[in-house]
Amino acid sequence: MVKSKSAYSTPSKLSKLETHIIVVWVDNEASVLSRVVGLFSGRGYNIESLAVAEVDQKNNLSRITIVTTGTPEVIEQIVLQLKKLVPVHKVGNFKRDDKNVIFKEMALFKIVGNKDKIKKAINACKKFNPVILDQSKKSAVIQITGLRKEIDKMSKNLKTHGLISVSRTGAVAMTRGAEIFN
Amino acid sequence: MPKLYTGAEIVFKCLEDQKVEHIFGYPGGAVLPIYDELKNHSSIKHILVRHEQGAGHAAEGYARSSGKPGVVLVTSGPGATNVVTALTDAYMDSVPLVCISGQVPTHLIGTDAFQECDTTGITRPCTKHNWLVKNINDLPRIIHEAFEVATTGRPGPVLVDIPKDIQFAKAKYTNPKKKKETKNKNRFNQKDIDNLIELMNKASKPIFYTGGGVVNSGPKASELLRELVSLTGFPITTTLQGLGSYPGDDNQFLGMLGMHGTYEANNAMHDCDLLINIGARFDDRITGKIDEFSPKSKKVHIDIDPSSINKIIKVDLPIVGDVSDVIRSTIKTLKKKNLNLEKSNKQKTSKWWQQIQKWRTKDSLNFINSEKIIKPQHAVQRLYELTKDQDTFITTEVGQHQMWAAQHYKFNKPNRWMTSGGLGTMGYGLPAAVGVQVAHPKKLVVDIAGEASILMTMQEISTAVQYNLPIKIFILNNQYMGMVRQWQELLHEKNYSESYSEALPDFVKLAEAYGCVGIRAENPDELDEKIQEMINIDRPVIFDCHVDQAENCFPMIPSGKPHNQMLLGPKDQEENKITGKGKALV
Repeated sequence: MVKSKSAYSTPSKLSKLETHIIVVWVDNEASVLSRVVGLFSGRGYNIESLAVAEVDQKNNLSRITIVTTGTPEVIEQIVLQLKKLVPVHKVGNFKRDDKNVIFKEMALFKIVGNKDKIKKAINACKKFNPVILDQSKKSAVIQITGLRKEIDKMSKNLKTHGLISVSRTGAVAMTRGAEIFN
Repeated sequence: MPKLYTGAEIVFKCLEDQKVEHIFGYPGGAVLPIYDELKNHSSIKHILVRHEQGAGHAAEGYARSSGKPGVVLVTSGPGATNVVTALTDAYMDSVPLVCISGQVPTHLIGTDAFQECDTTGITRPCTKHNWLVKNINDLPRIIHEAFEVATTGRPGPVLVDIPKDIQFAKAKYTNPKKKKETKNKNRFNQKDIDNLIELMNKASKPIFYTGGGVVNSGPKASELLRELVSLTGFPITTTLQGLGSYPGDDNQFLGMLGMHGTYEANNAMHDCDLLINIGARFDDRITGKIDEFSPKSKKVHIDIDPSSINKIIKVDLPIVGDVSDVIRSTIKTLKKKNLNLEKSNKQKTSKWWQQIQKWRTKDSLNFINSEKIIKPQHAVQRLYELTKDQDTFITTEVGQHQMWAAQHYKFNKPNRWMTSGGLGTMGYGLPAAVGVQVAHPKKLVVDIAGEASILMTMQEISTAVQYNLPIKIFILNNQYMGMVRQWQELLHEKNYSESYSEALPDFVKLAEAYGCVGIRAENPDELDEKIQEMINIDRPVIFDCHVDQAENCFPMIPSGKPHNQMLLGPKDQEENKITGKGKALV
């Protein structure tokens, strides 16, 4: 074995990576997002997507939904570290393949082309609740909702149908049934 | 109509209500209204430092030796950036600090104004929380909340950034709110305690591994720990920060553990079958190689911070709560069940104690003393012998001298040992000593220092002179950055790249220039007499102790090795060379 020249230990074997959705309820105050995001960057955690908006105006609460990948140990740390932040009220943690939780992302596609092309594009989106938000003779803006991989696939497929611009959100999540997360 | 107060007045009203007696600070443009108000508040004494980093470390020394939060007051821009090292240090070592910083007026924020910086942005990762006060009406609430956050749960630093116009603006004053339910409250229950006791009953090779959390939990925690240890008859080792929470000269104490811990403590950690962590955090200087850390033990972790648990080492029984409360419940339950572990477990653990005695015979802190040259370990031992009869407070810088101090100075009470462990900040000890002496004006305060570290915050000796703080700076002068040199010797083929200080000041003359006393010791014969002279002087002293330049700090766990593969001192290395047995240890 090569003699280590470091005063630090060598990394040990990592366990398997998992993708989780972390939901954080925070006070909607200045710099709260940077506290949450700074925690992730400072401790080397990963953010795949992020969605944040105020959900309760009266109590001034925002809900942040973060999709992240890490070992089970890292995911546990993320939750515990988030709970230590002063403006954080509660933290939810779901596996991406959790059947009891609905995950949705939204995307806006701008299609440019002749009528035919646009029609084909709209047809292709059929499975993902397409809404036509704007249409002209040469273009259309289509809104779809779906899972990350579905939207990934759609934005790839639509390239041949005149897709010239994509705008998409991070995932938001909600539990199924009458229960709410506490 | 209620009386209106200016922001500056509100700051002091809050400090008074929080029973603050001392603040450490440095004035500047953006805090002048607060400094102007200082004269009207005689119960609060301001200590003028020479650099804002010094203010931060002094407040740390004050906090750690008194158990009260340290308060820092600095200006915007460079004032705030200079205090960042101290805030980070306090964050790593869980020291309660409240830092108030001035900021440029609200309307200039974001314009790159003179002495403007994004203070809350810069300090966000090194504080528990921080606030930028944009509305004068929020000021009293925020300052009181700042004290609450700094001192509850796992303590730590906080910062309140107050723009200059807010310091002039007027508002009503509101008293601190009654203590609301805070985060990180005790979350353990009787079942956890019962489980702990069951593990204790089953164990035949148990060990307590305790840390700074015991000190942070208050002096009562240390008393309870003593009771628990004596009740169980188990051996105990402490981390660097835990020194003093258990008497250093007690027979059940195995000494410090970790990279430069004792042979018996580290081997006991490796071979134990029950490891009870109380208020420590499995730091990488403690664990060594993670995969081979204490492989055969059940692990219990008692900590107030849930995020400390399972962060590095998976444990079998986590107990989240204040150390005092957990130990108190444990003792109560032990007594109720009438389990006198000391007796019933004596047989079970007697073999374990025999093994520990065997390890002890290695005498791993030994060194080859000299009659010609002062050995640094010998200097610390003599300092200990000559100061142990009075209540002495020790601070340190960072490096070899710090480890020798930890190994050879024995502490009997908590809050007597102030050292930068987590961040490892050279230059911590002198300003920390200033803060300790402010909190304990009549006590002996010694900074065990290295000549390289001390030069980083040397200017604070001027603060000590100004306020007649008779701190003693005990420099183990080997002209090297000793720990750097040691690593270069052991791991980089003796390439002493930039670790030798070519031009050092004459510390005796330097002391005189600052208006304090300089003493130099160059050979072992004069050491005792000169140390005694230092103790007897009721003024700040710089003691320049010339020590062996080549001395290394042993024992040590080499990088990437587990606890049971320690590198021992020169005596042992020599013996083993002859027998050939020691090679496995290297």
